[in-house]
Amino acid sequence: MTESKQVISAVVENRPGVLAHISGLFASRGYNIDSLAVGETENPLYSRITVVARGDEAILEQIRKQLAKVIDVIRVTELSGQNFVERDLMLIKVNAPAAKRGEILELAEVFEGKIVDIGVKHIMIEISGPEQKIEAFVELVRPYGIHELVRTGRVAMLRGVSGRPARAAESGEEKKSKN
Amino acid sequence: MRSGAAVLVEALRQEKVDLLFAYPGGSVIPIFDALYDAPDIKLILPRHEQGGGHMADGYARACGRVGVVIATSGPGATNLVTALATANFDSVPLVAITGQVKTKLIGNDAFQEADITGITRPVTKHNFLVRNVDELGHCLTAAFHIARTGRPGPVLVDIPVDVSMAKTDVPLPTEVHLAGYRPHVEGNLRQIRIAAEAINQAQRPVIYAGGGIIISGASDLLRQLAEKSNCPVTTTLMGLGCFPGRSPLSLGMLGMHGTFYANYAIMESDLVVALGARFDDRITGDVTKFAPGARIIHVDIDPASISKNIKVDIPVVGDARLVLEKLVELVHFVERRDWLARIEGWKKKHPLTYSSGGLRPQYVIEQLDEAAPDDAIICTEVGQNQMWTAQYYKFKIPRTFVSSGGLGTMGYGLPAAIGAQLACPGRRVIDVAGDGSIQMNIQELATAVQNKLPVVVCILNNGHLGMVRQWQQLFYKSRYSGTILEGNPDFVKLAEAYGALGRRVTEAKDVRGALDEALASGRTYVLDFVVEPEENVFPMVPAGEAIDRMIGGMT
Ligand SMILES: Cc1ncc(C[n+]2csc(CCOP(=O)(O)OP(=O)(O)O)c2C)c(N)n1
Repeated sequence: MTESKQVISAVVENRPGVLAHISGLFASRGYNIDSLAVGETENPLYSRITVVARGDEAILEQIRKQLAKVIDVIRVTELSGQNFVERDLMLIKVNAPAAKRGEILELAEVFEGKIVDIGVKHIMIEISGPEQKIEAFVELVRPYGIHELVRTGRVAMLRGVSGRPARAAESGEEKKSKN
Repeated sequence: MRSGAAVLVEALRQEKVDLLFAYPGGSVIPIFDALYDAPDIKLILPRHEQGGGHMADGYARACGRVGVVIATSGPGATNLVTALATANFDSVPLVAITGQVKTKLIGNDAFQEADITGITRPVTKHNFLVRNVDELGHCLTAAFHIARTGRPGPVLVDIPVDVSMAKTDVPLPTEVHLAGYRPHVEGNLRQIRIAAEAINQAQRPVIYAGGGIIISGASDLLRQLAEKSNCPVTTTLMGLGCFPGRSPLSLGMLGMHGTFYANYAIMESDLVVALGARFDDRITGDVTKFAPGARIIHVDIDPASISKNIKVDIPVVGDARLVLEKLVELVHFVERRDWLARIEGWKKKHPLTYSSGGLRPQYVIEQLDEAAPDDAIICTEVGQNQMWTAQYYKFKIPRTFVSSGGLGTMGYGLPAAIGAQLACPGRRVIDVAGDGSIQMNIQELATAVQNKLPVVVCILNNGHLGMVRQWQQLFYKSRYSGTILEGNPDFVKLAEAYGALGRRVTEAKDVRGALDEALASGRTYVLDFVVEPEENVFPMVPAGEAIDRMIGGMT
């Protein structure tokens, strides 16, 4: 079977220990996780976890099922193959001597980056967007020298509206089966 | 207003818990104190928390109700870990209550603090750390609900000592709604129809039934399905007792130490009907070579079990009993004369056999099968003793075989037998043990004696850690590294020291008499059968081979 990447989104109880549980599950079963992002949802009782996982279809299916099996996980949705928006946010500190500064600022502008800090020798840029865009930018500025780089990991959301707004747990995404 | 400990007692009463296993310590004294005023809840004191955990497990397996165990914080809680993992692997409903240090001290490396919810997360179905007494009732009701429903399993509730003492007037909920927990129990009817059609069409079908049949109470339906559709049945270790071993359709157990005919039938089948079983590697051997010509139906309550180890053609997610109720209606009788004749041929040609001469452990099990009543509960330890019991004892009734299948926990059998005996006071309970395993929780003889339990321990004493010695003999040139048990105690004297009865048996002719005497004694009884020291369990599939590559035990 061929390897592929999948974006999986899970709504979980917003409670201590839940993230540890899920990351422990990935570690103990040896799943390959590219990124994992967590944050509160519109309902403070719930958090949303976005996982980018890699593996063949059998493994990806296991990841979804094992996630759904966790009692504190309310709903698991596989976004790949559906119409969704994904974003990754990066802060990048690029080496920027006076002579090169103009070029870098231009690149940042093309990528709709924001300049968030400027020093004598460096520029810090904030960029968000889909993964390819972020990675393309990194490659373009690499020749100037990268001091530091940090990324949030991917967050993602389906387009359109399904279900009632406030009751996230009951909206009509992939039904969760439990045992 | 009442204390957290009183809420716990309320929750136990609501769940109709009349018996629990509890070992005290600083952080659970308030709970023990509350139990002191609850004479309707009998407190059994094990001699080790692991023993207490296995007792609750044996209790649950024997009678199907949730077992309850209580331990103190720190070492008391960590001593429960093996018992929780054992129960988790075999889907046994348990609720474990642990004490915890005061909420203020959590995370400070306080005396007898252990992060038990962190430690047990991978080996429980779920766990709770209760930080506020107002939440305690909800957590307890949820814990019992989660433990008992869906695919059952152990749930741990960690209660800091100040939470046990704090007062609350929040009423105990009779039920709870958990957004993330809605077990799938009804199978999809369309899938069940497809499964029935596949069974009706199959030329060479085999039903492969596991512990799920016993847990869901589907044994009668399994028999109806097998007889109505005329399909042979093989069971896993955990499935023993779910199908009558003496039925002509029975193939006995499959897998690493399964019968020749069960493994051959699977390998030549055109349809495997897996019911409440999970394609463990001890069953499938080399998965890529398992049942090469067969389509696979898999009925399981756990969606994550399906297509985990083996690609399934017709999955049905649901409770085995509810699915079988519908499936039985939809299948019809098919003659399959050639297939059944072929199986009959294998049975005649390759029955389970062993050599004669001396005192053979297999003979002891055969005699036990004759001596014990049909409803006797047979617990085992782990190793050769467990496999010989599985092979030579003909289980007739569900919940009569109590053994650690998934985790393979040595030291499980004796405490589990104590739990089973407390669950079923009128029945005979026997622990078939090895001389290695029995020493892992032998202290529980005191618990058996204190509670006047007529548990009979049959030690198949071969002077070795037999199963490991067997692997060393077969695959490591008989280099017996660390498997010779020199310095064993005199088990008869040991039994007597605990206040139990004991008897040593060295000759085949005395086996039956000794068993009859022990079973009739009404006392905790240790039988020390001094058996052939280097007997092996055959047939055997070497680990990782296809299951028809069996060695040994063929005539
Ligand atoms: C707690 C634990 N430790 C180690 C093992 C590995 N193990 C499996 S079988 C076995 C030997 C068991 O010896 P004994 O109890 O004498 O039984 P026999 O095989 O001789 O019947 C061992 C050490 C285990 N299953 N459980």
